[in-house]
Amino acid sequence: MLWKRATAPSAAQLTAANLTPAASPDPSSPHILFDGMRKTYPGGVEALQAVSFAIPRGSVFGIIGRSGAGKSTLLRAINMLERPSGGRVLVDGIDVGGLGEEDLVRLRRRIGMIFQHFNLLSAKTVRENVGLPLKVAGVGAAEVRRRVDDLLDLVGLADKAEVYPSKLSGGQKQRVGIARALVHRPEILLCDEATSALDPETTHAILGLLRDINAKLGLTIVLITHDMAVIRAICDEVMVLDRGHRVEHGPVWSVFGTPQGDATRALLRPLRHGLPDDIARRLQPDPPKQGGGQAVLSLRFTGESHPEGISLASLLALAPDAKLLHGGIDRIQGHAQGDLVIAVPVAAMRSAAGSRFSPDSWKVLGYVADDV
Amino acid sequence: MSPTMFERYLRAFGETLTMVGVSVTIAIASGLTLALLLVATAPGGLYPRQRFNKGLSVVVNVFRAVPFIILLVALLPFTRLIVGTTLGIWAAIVPLSIHLIAFYTRVAQVSLNEVDHGLIEAARAMGFRRWHIVRHVILPEALPGLIGGMTVCVIAMINASAMAGAVGAGGLGDLAIRYGYERYETQVLFEIIAILIVLVTSVQFGGEWLSRRVDHRR
Repeated sequence: MLWKRATAPSAAQLTAANLTPAASPDPSSPHILFDGMRKTYPGGVEALQAVSFAIPRGSVFGIIGRSGAGKSTLLRAINMLERPSGGRVLVDGIDVGGLGEEDLVRLRRRIGMIFQHFNLLSAKTVRENVGLPLKVAGVGAAEVRRRVDDLLDLVGLADKAEVYPSKLSGGQKQRVGIARALVHRPEILLCDEATSALDPETTHAILGLLRDINAKLGLTIVLITHDMAVIRAICDEVMVLDRGHRVEHGPVWSVFGTPQGDATRALLRPLRHGLPDDIARRLQPDPPKQGGGQAVLSLRFTGESHPEGISLASLLALAPDAKLLHGGIDRIQGHAQGDLVIAVPVAAMRSAAGSRFSPDSWKVLGYVADDV
Repeated sequence: MSPTMFERYLRAFGETLTMVGVSVTIAIASGLTLALLLVATAPGGLYPRQRFNKGLSVVVNVFRAVPFIILLVALLPFTRLIVGTTLGIWAAIVPLSIHLIAFYTRVAQVSLNEVDHGLIEAARAMGFRRWHIVRHVILPEALPGLIGGMTVCVIAMINASAMAGAVGAGGLGDLAIRYGYERYETQVLFEIIAILIVLVTSVQFGGEWLSRRVDHRR
């Protein structure tokens, strides 16, 4: 069991794993394990309070939270750029907090990292930037050249090898950052807000590249972000962090479908289809006294009961002239989920709280007097 | 201009160049080393050593605080110990270097501190040893600023060397004082000023050109 191994960390284990990454431990064991990690900064600010969770091998794992939630501290504990004040962080079952300087250097070479502001060396060309981690590790020039060429091909920047970073666009800089992070053939890639400084189109391309790398190289990706759209685009699992606490953790579709915490709901709000303002303004709490009018309903599909998709017939069962007003369905990890706002004539409503009408939850938001 | 006068100019120019050249070389090598020590041992640096850092900083401040002409006199016993005499160019080089070491330490420290902390963090994350971070990240990234600082230093040194006449070291400044001021040969004074202007301007432009060449930040 992982925990037992962790009590006796040894440099030998780490070195062996370094030489033969293919022969790494049991694939079902967590790749990274946080065990009650705490972090208190001087001055008594508690950035993290006893956070525990596991990151599965080969997954794309997202940590999301507002700024100041502690996600950056958590990410930096994996390669010990920041030391926990308490608790442990285990990588392949080894307590990384107990490693000496030499072992830390070896560990960090197995963990790539990319940054929001890229952090490329301005005085070195793209080739030199990507190759430098190998050069300082004592790898021969010919081998460095070969690996750098392969990586620049992988990230699509083969023609920019001799250019200085200041001549590149943000997206290209991040590609260089990714190539540099992969140069030691790491088993883990840490992404620190890697797309937060990029425009939406470039963000999309970079996330696609990360997904490809995850699939092609099978490495574990841990990313932190404040943008739920990033989580939805590439993550398998997500953990929500709020003011140093773990709010929730699960497969992305389930956290999106049935968020438990207020912090999660707040983060999801920009992606949700709420009630449009123009309808909200005309909404009455009761049906019109003189009869007629329409009920405005909000339907929520969490992806649990009909993961394969939402049957249109079930909407029509409610009323043959039900109208879709607003909404959207996303397919996340094979689960169709989302919110729909519909209008149904009040008369039809009464008769049809029907059997085939089955969103995961629905409520009457209010009524409007005439046509919506 | 009589040939003897021309020879005097040439000799003075050579003396100034020797004094400036030797002291600048010593000062930049030592000042850069001290600046690296200060930056590395500062709290949050690569090798935090608070007491050493404070101590070194105070020592640098002591030398920064003393005006050069006073330092020149105060260091006479030390100068005799090092070069065996208190007269001539080599006797002037000792106080000039020490004065400039303290100055360049502070100038270089500013440039080194300006290196983006994110770059150092990235290097640590990539498994750089601390020495590698100094060698491959901090020094190359600070180079344009370090060269700018050297330019300032060389010019400050050309100025300070004028005072070295006080220990009989010669040089252009000394010539200007002896002929232009003490013997009322105003023309000599202006000629030397002209030479100094040309010298300082070429150092300034040369430094700026070099600094631009190594700067890839834009």
